[in-house]
Amino acid sequence: MAEPFLIGEAMTGGYGAADILHDCTIAVEKGQIAVIVGPNGAGKSTAMKAVFGMLSLRGGKVRLAGEDITALSPQARVARGMAFVPQNQNIFTTMTVEENLEMGAFLRRDDIRTTMAQVFDLFPILRDKRAQVAGELSGGQRQQVAVGRALMTQPQVLMLDEPTAGVSPIVMDELFDRIIEVARSGISILMVEQNARQALNIADKGYVLVQGANRFTDTGAALLADPEVRRSFLGG
Amino acid sequence: MDILNGLVTFLNFVFVPGLAYGAQLALGALGVTLVYAILRFSNFAHGDTMAFGTMATILVTWAMQSAGISFGVLPTALLALPFGIAATALFVLATDRVVYRFYRHQKAAPTIMVIVSLGVMFVMNGLTRFIIGVGEQNFSDGGRFLITAGEFKTATGLAEGLAVKTTQALTVVVAVIVVALLFWFLQKTRTGKSMRAFSDNEDLALLSGINPDRVVAVTWVLAAALATIAGVLYGLDKSFKPFTYFQLLLPIFAAAIVGGLGSPIGAIAGGFVIAFSEVTVTYAWKKVVTYLVPDSMAPDTLLQLMSTDYKFAVSFSILILVLLFMPTGLFKGKSV
Repeated sequence: MAEPFLIGEAMTGGYGAADILHDCTIAVEKGQIAVIVGPNGAGKSTAMKAVFGMLSLRGGKVRLAGEDITALSPQARVARGMAFVPQNQNIFTTMTVEENLEMGAFLRRDDIRTTMAQVFDLFPILRDKRAQVAGELSGGQRQQVAVGRALMTQPQVLMLDEPTAGVSPIVMDELFDRIIEVARSGISILMVEQNARQALNIADKGYVLVQGANRFTDTGAALLADPEVRRSFLGG
Repeated sequence: MDILNGLVTFLNFVFVPGLAYGAQLALGALGVTLVYAILRFSNFAHGDTMAFGTMATILVTWAMQSAGISFGVLPTALLALPFGIAATALFVLATDRVVYRFYRHQKAAPTIMVIVSLGVMFVMNGLTRFIIGVGEQNFSDGGRFLITAGEFKTATGLAEGLAVKTTQALTVVVAVIVVALLFWFLQKTRTGKSMRAFSDNEDLALLSGINPDRVVAVTWVLAAALATIAGVLYGLDKSFKPFTYFQLLLPIFAAAIVGGLGSPIGAIAGGFVIAFSEVTVTYAWKKVVTYLVPDSMAPDTLLQLMSTDYKFAVSFSILILVLLFMPTGLFKGKSV
């Protein structure tokens, strides 16, 4: 089998002296959705940050399209086509929706209007609120701004850290639909999700992490069908 | 007629000086607030940056004057201003490279940065005194008055005169232009927007590919330019003395905090609030009141709330009141 488009392989590391990740592997194929689930404190977000270069690894490698990017800073990874939406503080609250999107495209020197139109097509509500200050929007709309900002770099991989945290179930379904749409346009998606069942539903690949290590790895559907996964992580 | 005379006296002694002083404070406070918004510390060296910039401008002005260059009715210092700004910007960028950058990379706490800026303040303070001396320097030339009190009296036939100094008018005009340019820069340009983004959410700005070194450098250049312009305008309007500029730090910080640290609009509003409070509290109202009330009620005291020697007490009191009751200031800045 060919190497996945993006892979964090056998990652070991943490923020300080103690390791949080132990030999953890996360990967996503081109245009697919990979979801990281697991109990609180399992190192889901840490695994994501490790893939994005936000913490230094003591072991393991990160490769993008076959190229070793382990040593690159997060900013350099953005330039290589990776985009990251943090869980908190993921928008510029004092700036307008349009300015948020412009800042997302900061590295680009070409015409960004088509990309902005695509983001507005994906999230029509943002077109209506383009001149509004992003901090005044609802939780779901803020998440749309956050994802929109990340899409402005025209990334090949979009990484989402709990995109549905704190939004209502209806908004969550809506966001998941949009995320599927993004994946269909050829962008690989790697996301951490608290709502494991719904997330695995849309996942091509699922990773169940426990204490910083891979416990189960399979397709989303297979994990949902696995009785042990259901009992331990999906509440029966 | 008496009411008009009273009004003219008020304009002459309170409004016009207050407006010019307010514009100077506003420009100073804008520099402080920009540094606070982007670099996240209170820059105590700002008053001495003003002094340094003014000194550089004065030196160039003297050189121009001795070379016979003048700017007609306008002060020669205006021609020298760009050179003063350039010198100050270079000095401040060098300071950042040698001093602040080290602490920034250490992710030093804001309180540490404040003390670092205090050290920079003493160095700049000493350097300025060493180069130009501690005494008072007058470098204003060109036309003295836009309207003199005498001209005003003949033109209107009033007993009281309204004098507007060229430097006062110049201060207000330059301040309006500078503020307009600054806001245009922050709101409309790519670099300006990236500075606002960096101020709003540093981590996300980094994730968006905004270059922090560039944002910091542009901020220092803007702060140096604002400080130099504010300092030169203040020096033209009054006079230049290094110690006075050091003392200006208090009203400037009061202005920035009253308006809300980190908010440019707040800095401007704060500048005028502080300036007008200072002027109205220390002005002897006797003359104005005598015009406005019947003769029998004419005051026999000066009606001065506070001697001008205590003018800093005004900024200080306002500062304390704001910190106690409204820590984020008038325009919802960051709390201190």
